[in-house]
Amino acid sequence: MATAFADAKPAETENTVAVTATAQVATEVEPAEVAPAAAPGKVQELVTKFGKGLMAPVLGIVAFIALWAVLAPQVDTSLGALPGPVEVAEQGASLYGEWQASNEAKAEFYAVQDARIAAGTQAVAFDYAGSPTFLDQVGTSLKTVALGFALATLFAVPIGLAAGLSPMFNAAINPLVQIMKPVSPLAWLPIVTMVVSATITSADPMLAKSFVISAIVVMLCSLWPTLINTAVGTASIDKDLLNVGRVLRLGTFQKLTKLVLPSSLPYIFTGMRLSLGVGWMVLIAAEMLAQNPGLGKFVWDEFQNGSSQSLARIMFAVIVIGLIGFLLDRIMMMLQAFVSRNRTV
Amino acid sequence: MSMKQGFGFTRRAAVVALLASVALAGCGSKSEAPAGDAVKAAAAPGAVEKPVLKLGFIKLTDMAPLAIAKEKGFFAEEGLNVTLEPQANWKVLLDGVIGGQLDGAHMLAGQPIAATIGYGTKADLIAPLSLDLNGNAITVSNKVWDMVKADLPKGPDGKPTHPISASVLKPVVTSFKQQGKPFKMGMVFPVSTHNYELRYWLAAGGLNPGYYTPGDVGGTVAADVQLSVTPPPQMPATLEAGTIEGYCVGEPWNQAAVQKKIGVPIITDDEIWNDNPEKVLGLRKDFADKYPGTTAAMLRAIIKAQQWLDADNGKNRAEAVKILSQANYVGADEEVIAASMTGKFTFEPGDTRDAPGFNIFFDKFAGYPYYSDAIWYLTQMRRWGQIPEDHADQWYFDQAKAVYRPDLYLAAAKGLAEKGVIPAEAIPETDGFRGEQSGFIDGVTYNGKLPNAYLAKFKIGLKKGQKVSASGVTGN
Repeated sequence: MATAFADAKPAETENTVAVTATAQVATEVEPAEVAPAAAPGKVQELVTKFGKGLMAPVLGIVAFIALWAVLAPQVDTSLGALPGPVEVAEQGASLYGEWQASNEAKAEFYAVQDARIAAGTQAVAFDYAGSPTFLDQVGTSLKTVALGFALATLFAVPIGLAAGLSPMFNAAINPLVQIMKPVSPLAWLPIVTMVVSATITSADPMLAKSFVISAIVVMLCSLWPTLINTAVGTASIDKDLLNVGRVLRLGTFQKLTKLVLPSSLPYIFTGMRLSLGVGWMVLIAAEMLAQNPGLGKFVWDEFQNGSSQSLARIMFAVIVIGLIGFLLDRIMMMLQAFVSRNRTV
Repeated sequence: MSMKQGFGFTRRAAVVALLASVALAGCGSKSEAPAGDAVKAAAAPGAVEKPVLKLGFIKLTDMAPLAIAKEKGFFAEEGLNVTLEPQANWKVLLDGVIGGQLDGAHMLAGQPIAATIGYGTKADLIAPLSLDLNGNAITVSNKVWDMVKADLPKGPDGKPTHPISASVLKPVVTSFKQQGKPFKMGMVFPVSTHNYELRYWLAAGGLNPGYYTPGDVGGTVAADVQLSVTPPPQMPATLEAGTIEGYCVGEPWNQAAVQKKIGVPIITDDEIWNDNPEKVLGLRKDFADKYPGTTAAMLRAIIKAQQWLDADNGKNRAEAVKILSQANYVGADEEVIAASMTGKFTFEPGDTRDAPGFNIFFDKFAGYPYYSDAIWYLTQMRRWGQIPEDHADQWYFDQAKAVYRPDLYLAAAKGLAEKGVIPAEAIPETDGFRGEQSGFIDGVTYNGKLPNAYLAKFKIGLKKGQKVSASGVTGN
């Protein structure tokens, strides 16, 4: 049985499989966390489940916040003491306030502009050119990671399928994959920046250059988990199934859609879930370094501001980045569970 | 520029030109000096071709004209829809303008000059407007300040007498050398005003800041004090980390050091060179060629903002400080920005002095991009080896005229003067060269028409025929 990339580096396969296994364990744990349907009479078990599923996480978070509140004021930086949870929450509220204020300014801008256009003193309508607020940056980051992730999936799944089906092709790309996989996004960034700048020459491109640069960096770094998992999934398809296919004289396309894809979908989705996690991490770093719009730029701009609120605002951003990463992961996990449940073969 | 085009002269320009050339002849200027015609305004610009613009800036108070032009609606008055975007450092900003992600930016005066002569990234950039005069300072760490403080001459009030010469650092540098440590200071970019000011100050005090070899941007050959690049907003953190012992940077990053009690500003740049030209508005040349109407509209809006900033002895400064302290502009605390922008400058807690000329945006013809200012930067690039070879005076004039574009400034400013928005006397009638300038800390005078003669006056700095290699300075 040809397991993808097994010949070159057994550890790699183990690793991938291990990750897949963990992901599956997580999937299995999940229903337990929320499962309300306990057998009657087993009150004790219910309590244990409740304790494990709700109480323990809440306690953990409370303990963390308490520790944070106590320890943070002890650290004295040149921007004042490290902010505690209260200051961070306040800055969160003020960031929301800024968003509201910016919305008002935007509405006013458009009202004034409409009046001017109606009066004939202004020929063309402009978009509001205010500076992006925190929520706008969150939106930009989500859009960027979505594009990068979609591109990565579009590239990785076909290549992974091909590598899983053909040991020859697998052997051909294996060294490339091994070398490209550990490259940090920060190393890709200058190259991508120069190439994109040279490629997009129109004065008013459809997608902003910085957006494309960030998305491509995300793609380059989040490609690999999907690619490898797809290859592993495709290669580990049950031989009996393939034999059945041969008996039924399925064509290549039919073999792919009826046998290979359905049986490797769970693997592909596990890979995609890992990819999205990597992509989100990479994006923040890329935005920070390249000053492309998004959450990373927000963090860097606040660092450069160096005002007395900057640290609290950065911490708030860190929490939001974490929450979004968590949410993205949950969404992928649900998709993954859904796909696995519908496995027909 | 000269008589070939002279048939198109308006009577007024002709008279001015005549007067200027007479005045120049009186000064006995050399024949190779540029003709003394007053710089003429570019052709009257038309309508705005590209109303949606994105301009870059670095979080420094001298970006104020851009923030004010936006917030006070001057851009909108000119039919422009401008987004202002902060940049991480000067390199990112420069690449953004060259690559077209930005339509223009708040730039170091040296950046468009260096790009045009091909030091660093080669690109045709122009500077049609100067944003401000002065506005920088040199700060040293508390450790260094404690080492020099006792030896400083004091005034009757017990405070150190200004300006403080860099020669007070000599014993400190020696003691660092004895411990086997290099004495390091930070500046913001290899072609920044800050680099040249810091070098000027150190050299005037007898300390060699080091030479650049061709192709290297370290600039530490034969250096007593090693200079390195740090983006302005990271300066205080780098000083605090002990990586550098001092830095030259714009505001609010000197006042930030005072506020955080991690360093002491030792000299402001107006004491190194009084009323030195600082940031410029940098544009791609092809942008200005393609969109003359947009360029003029942008300049008009910025000139209005500059006037607003300096109006009535700075009555608007408090409001400007408030705007700049917004997180999307400079973003530092209001009192930190106010500490340098409202006519005062704090050196130490309890040592706040009047500094009426610390930030000048409009007065003293601050907006006019003088050729002689560009030539000063070129002379400093040659002095420290960034320009590896000697050039004739004419080369300096040609480069300056390619980058600095007073014709564009005049076209915009005169349009405003005709409408009575700015007073006509706020626009200089000049051939683009300031006269012989004094006001330097070492007493050396500068005449933009004699760059090579100026270079010969420095005790520390490359002389005619000298070259720098990794092993040191060669030639005589």
